[in-house]
Amino acid sequence: MAQAALLDRTAFDFLIQTLITQGYRVLGPQARTGAIVWDEIGSADELPRGLRSEQQPGHYRLVETGSARLFDYVHGPESLKRLLFAPEESLWTVDRDGEIRFNETLPAARPTAVIGARACDIAGMLVQDRTFLAGPWSPFTDPYYAARREHLFIVAVNCTMTAPTCFCASMDTGPRTRTGFDLALTELDDGFLVETGSPAGEAIAARLPLRPASPAETQAADAAIDAAARAQVRSLDQSGIVELLFGNLEHPRWDDVASRCLSCANCVMVCPTCFCHREHDAAALDGQSSRRVRQWDACFTLEHGSVHGGPLRPQIRQRYRQWLTHKVASWIEQFGVSGCVGCGRCITWCPTGIDLTEEVAAIRAQPGLQA
Amino acid sequence: MNAAVRPIPYLPQVAEIVARREEAAGIFTFRLRLKDPARRAAYRFQPGQFNMLYLFGVGEVPISIVSDPEDPELIDHTIRAVGRVTEGLARLGPGDTLGLRGPFGRGWPVEQARGRDLLMVTGGLGCAPTTSAIQYALQRRDAYGRIAIAHGVKRPEDLIYGERFDSWCAAPDTQVLLTADQAGPGWRGKVGLVTVLLDELDPAMFRGMAMMCGPEVMMRGTAEELLKRGMRIEDIFISMERNMQCALGHCGNCQFGKDFVCKNGPVFPYGEVRGLMRVRGY
Ligand SMILES: Cc1cc2nc3c(=O)[nH]c(=O)nc-3n(C[C@H](O)[C@H](O)[C@H](O)COP(=O)(O)OP(=O)(O)OC[C@H]3O[C@@H](n4cnc5c(N)ncnc54)[C@H](O)[C@@H]3O)c2cc1C
Ligand code: SF4
Ligand code: SF4
Ligand code: FES
Repeated sequence: MAQAALLDRTAFDFLIQTLITQGYRVLGPQARTGAIVWDEIGSADELPRGLRSEQQPGHYRLVETGSARLFDYVHGPESLKRLLFAPEESLWTVDRDGEIRFNETLPAARPTAVIGARACDIAGMLVQDRTFLAGPWSPFTDPYYAARREHLFIVAVNCTMTAPTCFCASMDTGPRTRTGFDLALTELDDGFLVETGSPAGEAIAARLPLRPASPAETQAADAAIDAAARAQVRSLDQSGIVELLFGNLEHPRWDDVASRCLSCANCVMVCPTCFCHREHDAAALDGQSSRRVRQWDACFTLEHGSVHGGPLRPQIRQRYRQWLTHKVASWIEQFGVSGCVGCGRCITWCPTGIDLTEEVAAIRAQPGLQA
Repeated sequence: MNAAVRPIPYLPQVAEIVARREEAAGIFTFRLRLKDPARRAAYRFQPGQFNMLYLFGVGEVPISIVSDPEDPELIDHTIRAVGRVTEGLARLGPGDTLGLRGPFGRGWPVEQARGRDLLMVTGGLGCAPTTSAIQYALQRRDAYGRIAIAHGVKRPEDLIYGERFDSWCAAPDTQVLLTADQAGPGWRGKVGLVTVLLDELDPAMFRGMAMMCGPEVMMRGTAEELLKRGMRIEDIFISMERNMQCALGHCGNCQFGKDFVCKNGPVFPYGEVRGLMRVRGY
């Protein structure tokens, strides 16, 4: 890594203006209906200031701290997933005039810069890359995902705060971003330590009023990230997890969690790596054209995967088991990496506070029990 | 957009129906031909692979390819009309067009099976996936040993596709055995689950290869019987059915443990799926 550079707090807007003049649409964190989401911004003044997120199983609240800091909240329900894998989009259209004709609907992706992606968000994106981009793990590239991915400029923020639901340290995915970003910031009291992670990031950094960071500033940044890692109270022990879960498919704990799970699929929707979707036709009223639409779906819905007109997994127990065994176990066999990056969103956003780390630990504590 | 993502894997090709044959009530075979000459020339498939067929304005369904891979410009599909898409397809005829994507998945190990006896076990209606392997072997009759086709139905009236069975019966060194779970008037086959047919076979057949398609309980029961009779687990193959939407390993609907049925299947060596097939809800 080149010598770390520092952007003064008062100069933060330079970053946003530089991105805009270089042709990027800039998405910044915004507090909307009580949660942090990404939306287009035109200047640093639009960023929320002095907010912290309180997170607990089944609980999320933004609280004002009065500080001047921009990134003290950890993360909201959204991850980079929404920006790359759209919740709903057309795959193609078809019309007929005697015979049928298919038309591409590839969107012209706009160069987009997103500010404030966390280590877990980037780790989640790198997991989804294995699903949607052709490579050792997948034979086919999704051109919609690929086009947006190619045009995404990521300004990461290293976490110096952590939520009680976070466990990225135990998944080795955070709180420091190591790869996959263009620029990475660490917020200090007076400014932001800036690292570059790509040629595009270097090109932007070269236009910023940066000064060399002092050793004390670099140390303060490292110490703050380390403290965030140490403050994490949850962890997921991944040792032998495939054998553990697949060896305990009839464990009574699945019935126990099923009695609390509402099968609402919130956990899937907020998860940065979940990729399941469904397709349907939206036929025009004149009967002459139709659109093929894909939409996020979840293994918690009865329709997902149903065969011969009946649900494949009629019981909640089977659906939660499908989700967890896939997420943290068979994903490793499918994609060479865990499907969980330790962001804790599924814990925070589960209405009944179900905690996957606790579910795995419960089975680990008493393996071999039969329902 | 770079060239690597073209052709867009979600976008179907236009295929024309060049012929249609009625097989039985509600079952028909389409012979399809891709309209685009370059795509047509490039198209190759293996028996046991499938295409996604798209009916205008309604949807897409996975359907096995049953024709011979040596004539890839003509693609045959035998379809049973059961619901929205397949009933709509049933209304199409020669000259009509539909969408086609494929081929997808892993087919039958027909090359690996050369020189060996083949035991084909099918259960229930419209077991098209095995048809492709049976046809493949019969069209290269000398390349294979004895062929036995064991077919089970619930009730005698479920037996359709009669001409196909008759033609298979007439093929050299080919044995066709039928059973129904419940007997009925005029039934000449056996009575009982498809496993009762295994007693009818020359035990030497269990040193050959087995390929099966049908309900999962039937395939599992038969596979376990075959193991008891000395067949090696690596010689047993099954074709699985799961909901398919993307056929690309992207939508998750066909997930089966570590596998996507659309990509790693639909044909699996039994040993790869044996454990999870025992678990309800996978
Ligand atoms: C890899 C693969 C290969 C296949 N190959 C063939 C093939 O060669 N020929 C063929 O006819 N079908 C084949 N199928 C099954 C076929 O895909 C389904 O029958 C089809 O998707 C039904 O779609 P639909 O919209 O017409 O019916 P839907 O509207 O989805 O279903 C209507 C009703 O039909 C019943 N049904 C649905 N699917 C089946 C089924 N497979 N068997 C019995 N009943 C069913 C259900 O009970 C449902 O209530 C294959 C499936 C897979 C996964
Ligand atoms: S499973 Fe939960 S903790 Fe893991 S990545 Fe998904 S939302 Fe985050
Ligand atoms: S675990 Fe929680 S968030 Fe997930 S489906 Fe069940 S109730 Fe909903
Ligand atoms: S059909 Fe979509 S993943 Fe297999």
